[in-house]
Amino acid sequence: MDALPDIPAAPGPEERPRGKLATNIVHFARTLRTAGLRVGPGQVLRAIEAVEAAGLRKRDDFYWTLHSVFVNRRDQREIFDQAFHVYWRNPRLLEKMMEMLLPQVGVPADPDEKKLSRRLQDALQPGQGDAPKGEEEPPEVEVEATFTVSDREVLQHRDFEQMTQAEIDEALRAIARLRLPVPERRTRRYQSARRGPRIDFRASLRRALRPEGLVELRKRTPRRRPPPLVILCDISGSMARYTRMFLHFMHAITNDRDRVFCFTFGTRLSNVTRALRYRDVDIALAKASSQVEDWSGGTRIGQALHEFNNKWSRRVLGQGAVVLLITDGLDREGAAGLAEEMERLHKSCSRLIWLNPLLRYGAYEPKSQGNKAMLPHVDEFRPVHNLESLAGLIAALDSHPPLAADRQLASWQTELRKE
Amino acid sequence: MSSAPPASIDATLELLKGGDYIADRSLATVLYLALKLGRPLFCEGEAGVGKTEIAKVLASALKRPLIRLQCYEGLDVASAVYEWNYARQMIEIRLAEAQGVHDRGELAADIFDERFLIRRPLLEALSPHAEGAPILLIDELDRTDEPFEAYLLELLSDFQVTIPELGTIKAAQTPIVIITSNRTREIHDALKRRCFYHWVDYPDLQRELEILKVKAPGVGERLSRQVVGFVQELRKLDLFKSPGVAESIDWATALSELNALDLDPKTINDTLGVLLKYQDDIQRLQGSEAAEILRKVKSDIAAQPLG
Repeated sequence: MDALPDIPAAPGPEERPRGKLATNIVHFARTLRTAGLRVGPGQVLRAIEAVEAAGLRKRDDFYWTLHSVFVNRRDQREIFDQAFHVYWRNPRLLEKMMEMLLPQVGVPADPDEKKLSRRLQDALQPGQGDAPKGEEEPPEVEVEATFTVSDREVLQHRDFEQMTQAEIDEALRAIARLRLPVPERRTRRYQSARRGPRIDFRASLRRALRPEGLVELRKRTPRRRPPPLVILCDISGSMARYTRMFLHFMHAITNDRDRVFCFTFGTRLSNVTRALRYRDVDIALAKASSQVEDWSGGTRIGQALHEFNNKWSRRVLGQGAVVLLITDGLDREGAAGLAEEMERLHKSCSRLIWLNPLLRYGAYEPKSQGNKAMLPHVDEFRPVHNLESLAGLIAALDSHPPLAADRQLASWQTELRKE
Repeated sequence: MSSAPPASIDATLELLKGGDYIADRSLATVLYLALKLGRPLFCEGEAGVGKTEIAKVLASALKRPLIRLQCYEGLDVASAVYEWNYARQMIEIRLAEAQGVHDRGELAADIFDERFLIRRPLLEALSPHAEGAPILLIDELDRTDEPFEAYLLELLSDFQVTIPELGTIKAAQTPIVIITSNRTREIHDALKRRCFYHWVDYPDLQRELEILKVKAPGVGERLSRQVVGFVQELRKLDLFKSPGVAESIDWATALSELNALDLDPKTINDTLGVLLKYQDDIQRLQGSEAAEILRKVKSDIAAQPLG
């Protein structure tokens, strides 16, 4: 790129790039923040400092200088790039737009927040919280898509009903009870202990300095911690009834333990981990729901898993991660490529648990193509009949599967592998 | 004697070129800023794009010592920062007892002394060096766990470490820190915020040709043009692991060792293992797809001779 005649307030040689340019950088940072990048005041200061150091001779250098400060992750590059080109071509224009868009003092920032939250409503009207469930819920206008495989890719957004305090309490209680069928993993770190396989020299020596005389050997023992958990959740039309509950489940578990990663898929894969990290469940669900575009559409499990394997598996499946796959296994593409992707997924995680929530009938048989393709590649299979609450979901994930279920899975797997 | 850090972005570019590293301007800019403002450089990118090489080249070009910390799961303070020499400490206690020293306080001050301290890479990087501030390479940070990352925060923002028995040790000179990550997990924002971030991308055709010229000088011009063309095409495919620059250098060298002057489908099939490291990818490429790509590359070269 050439020299930059269009950067505002390009300073003369004696003039330091303070003043106008600094103001512009501040505004630019605000633009980025509005666009979703995490830019704090510390970074603005560093950006000004960096621009001073790098000088302003070339537009390219200016671009990469700001880039090195404001961009923290690869996926932010696009936004930065667009914002940079729009802003530094005509900051006036953008400023005008910002003035209109940015919240003024005293005006609530988020129009959504003006709505009284469900929890507040509950609090104002005690006693009415026990109203029968049918009245609370808005009439179902969705087409019942359960057990059908949709052909179309439907892109749509969804607003979830806000959580009631009772639901939140129930979720917290249920999550506290949850013991995933995953043993804690031994790490390569040690902790001081009374007994253990190795001697903790440091602690022993410190003890030796105490005036008791005898040297007592302290030991070290490997520290244990739960492995990372990756949740892949189907949100297609056939699962629509449960989507809200699954999101709530993912939110609760994300906030309960560390190293949880959540993805949703229907016709495309979305990583909703960051959105679900918001403590407040309503905000988190709203963020997640605006991020995902394929609510209640068709399912392309094979393709979603392919994307996960290629893009994410190496980033989130380290350190002995466990994958929890929540889907009914009904695939719109006739399970094309699904078996291969399942195999790869299975081989790159330490344990793959498939939770199938759509058992209308008590007895399950792997009949559909998707089910047939997936079943041979799971470590554990948890079919759920009549899933109604978060507690039910958590009970289904309980650590002790009936022995019969394991035997059943093994027999299906041998049968399917023969085919 | 060490050389002074480069005075401009162009000088940085030249400096790297002098060390046989063909960088693009974005990398030179970030590196220049990191050197000038004394802040760590955080390089992320696919395997084999030359992240670690940056630190090595910088060390040799600036004639500074290179201190490398290879990260792995379970890396702890004892192997990254410092450890007490327990055997010597115990001997010291025995000696003191033999000499009749019974004052515990005196003994403690004696055995937790710098003489008994084993310096590991991070502490080493903070110690004074005759050649000037060292270059500290923290390689593949994503392989450690989060607690170690958190430990680095103090080091990277204030360039100091705290040893409970000795107190805080501040850096004699601010070391030049380069951190690399292969993104096998996300590094926390708090750490990234303290650094200049750079995503090391695959080079474009021109730059990869230049790199090959420098790194594999024995390879003929025609062959390297075809190799680079082929590799660039491969990166456009949806492979599980695209070949990096290191792979194209390896491949070009391997082909010239096999006395190939020209790429043909059979040679590609036989040597694909140098380029691709996953069986699925190799299987997919072998046969017609590789031949197809090769045809395209050759017609591209015919249409647009070296320029």
